[in-house]
Amino acid sequence: MTEAVNVSGSLRRRMTLTLIGGAAVLAVVLYAVVRLYAAQIAQQGQDSILAASVTSILDAAILRDGTVEVDFPYAALSMLSTASDDRVFYAIHKNETLLSGYEHLSPPDGTSHTSGTYLAETPDGALIRVATDSRTLVGADTRSVITVSVAQTQEALQVTLNGISRNVALFGAGFFCLSALLSFWASASTITPIRRLTSSIARRGPQDLSPVASPVPSEMVSLVASLNRLMGRLDKALAQSEDFIAEAAHRVRTPLATVRSHAEAMLHRVDQDENRKALRSMVRAIDESSRAAGQLLDHAMITFRTDHLERKELDLTELLQELVLRLTPVADMKDITLHVESKEPVLVSADAILLQNAIRNLIDNALKYSPVESDVMIHVSARPLPTLEIRDQGAGFPQDQIAHLSSRFSRGDNAKGIIGSGLGLTIAQEVAEAHGGALKLSNLPGGGACVTFSL
Amino acid sequence: MRYILFVISLLWPAFISAQTWEDQQLFNEAAPSQTLRILSSTDTAFFSPIIEDFLEETPGWSVEYLVTGTADISRVLQQDPEGYDVVISSAMDLQVKLVNDGFALKLADISHRDWAQWRQSLFAFTSEPATIVVNREAFEGKPIPGTRQELIQALRAEPDLFRGKLGTYDVRSSGVGYLFATQDARASETFWRLMEVMGGLEIRLYCCSGDMIDDVASGDLLVAYNVLGSYAAARQAQDNRFEIILPSDFPTTMMRTGFVSKETKHPAAAEGFVRHMIEAQDLATGAKSSPLPPLGLHPDGRNPTVIALEPALMTYLDKLKRRTFIQEWSNAVIQ
Repeated sequence: MTEAVNVSGSLRRRMTLTLIGGAAVLAVVLYAVVRLYAAQIAQQGQDSILAASVTSILDAAILRDGTVEVDFPYAALSMLSTASDDRVFYAIHKNETLLSGYEHLSPPDGTSHTSGTYLAETPDGALIRVATDSRTLVGADTRSVITVSVAQTQEALQVTLNGISRNVALFGAGFFCLSALLSFWASASTITPIRRLTSSIARRGPQDLSPVASPVPSEMVSLVASLNRLMGRLDKALAQSEDFIAEAAHRVRTPLATVRSHAEAMLHRVDQDENRKALRSMVRAIDESSRAAGQLLDHAMITFRTDHLERKELDLTELLQELVLRLTPVADMKDITLHVESKEPVLVSADAILLQNAIRNLIDNALKYSPVESDVMIHVSARPLPTLEIRDQGAGFPQDQIAHLSSRFSRGDNAKGIIGSGLGLTIAQEVAEAHGGALKLSNLPGGGACVTFSL
Repeated sequence: MRYILFVISLLWPAFISAQTWEDQQLFNEAAPSQTLRILSSTDTAFFSPIIEDFLEETPGWSVEYLVTGTADISRVLQQDPEGYDVVISSAMDLQVKLVNDGFALKLADISHRDWAQWRQSLFAFTSEPATIVVNREAFEGKPIPGTRQELIQALRAEPDLFRGKLGTYDVRSSGVGYLFATQDARASETFWRLMEVMGGLEIRLYCCSGDMIDDVASGDLLVAYNVLGSYAAARQAQDNRFEIILPSDFPTTMMRTGFVSKETKHPAAAEGFVRHMIEAQDLATGAKSSPLPPLGLHPDGRNPTVIALEPALMTYLDKLKRRTFIQEWSNAVIQ
């Protein structure tokens, strides 16, 4: 069945991939954001140290006798020591002329009133962070603007950032792995109700067309509702067709009985041999049709009853003996003796009508295929399962068809000339299966058929 | 005009070679295939064992060893960065500034103790305290001062004995003298009082440790302040007319450092030389043939006055700071 279904992707795989993809995007975004944030914080750290250095130099600037003196403390540059031994530059300007320090650190734009931090490059190409601030010194008749710039390379900052990047990358990778595991789990658990529904439907017997009763997630409600409606329609259609068959069989059987009695009466009245022969084969054909209609009816009844078993405690041996008693006249017509072997009552919980019908069909079959003046052995046992075994002394089942004989309207090659519809074994098997048992067909080593009916 | 510039540019190398050196020596002249030029402030006698060992390990090279004052080294190197392969000096501040200004090559393969290197470019290979050298005869029967404070008291007790017989570095011309003076000034006010006392007693100013030791030994000087301990110890082996005092109040210890010039034409050999120099001076692995003191093991904690290799050393090199410091120093010393 599955082979015929067109498959396009897998819900579970699609869901897993979507979740993993989302996790990957999130991990990358997390990495980028944290990296950016860390870079800002690290830069702020460097900036504040540079600013402190600038302030301590600026504070040391004094005007003495008209000259600027900047006796800045050792700490002004000492505080810039880093683990990566970053290079340090500084410049002290007075009204845009360099008083001391490095020439390349001239304040940007040439303005003397500046403060803030910015990135720049040294003449030999190293990237530096510069902090600048200025202050006005007021002398007796002069005003000088002192601008101090302090700069530092960014090697230690880079080392810190690389460390953070590595850790964040590891963190992101861990986050991603965890999310991937979670997405496998999430998709598996989401797909579980679908799987449960699938298996509950797959487990059903062929006749079970009842609606799905177990609760399903809201997303699946419309699917399951459609499925239930479809099964309901199918059930109805099947019931209608069974009814139709039963009705048809019933309607055919009554007129057939009328025709048969007329044919019988006619047979007594005619004398010519060829007329009698014709009438006899007519009676025989009518019997065959009548029996087929009867079994069709039985089958329809059994199909109905197997859906609504009426189990009752009963004794299999007693039921069998009753049947044998009823069938003995038929057996006597062929001089066949029916032997029942039973040591004890075999108590079963079963539908009596169905059992009767099934066992009658089986004994009927044995009688039909047994030669004249032979024995049919019926053995009943309670252990290991309630079992009924019927052996005859006929030709046995055709060995190559033994597996298919119990399907509907199937008859063995040796059945030619014997009245039958091909429904007897089907009925017996369906009854056995409805009770959780089985029907087994085999041939006896010394000839003859053996049917094992277990519940 | 263009012609004149051309002539100058032709003659420029000649001007440079016209630099007058305190000493100039070519080691292993026999193999002149390639020459490593070392610019140094260390006297040749102290450094020649290291060079000779190096040449033994590295055949096919000769070494030209050029000695000049610590203050001169920066100027010489800046004029001709291509002309020198290795630069060695005891003026840590000037060395740090040269490295900070990008004159040094990064030697990533050399692994050295973290406190003894800066930027993987500048490597320290000795630790040498600044000492007070006194004439043994002059202190006969008197307690030898162990601290600067005791020295001040001794000088004040007999001013006439010591007048004109005191010596120290001229910080205006000596790089290492300036380094010692600034670090002393950072450490304690006592330095200024000592300078004032010594200045009052007509202190004599020197360019180099060697000259001060000579004069103390001969008795021309009775006390020399901030003399390189390594030089004094080496001289004491042959001459015991003087005593070396390690001031116990705050010893100032300098590390001799070296780096490879960024413009060197022989980076591999120069790196090899620096590596050899560090190993030779290492207390654990070094051959004891070198007269230079080895690099101490633990400068932190036990001996906090080892001058740290850090950019802050450039503080006193600042033009304004230097002007102020020299002004103050002159006021104290030259009276």
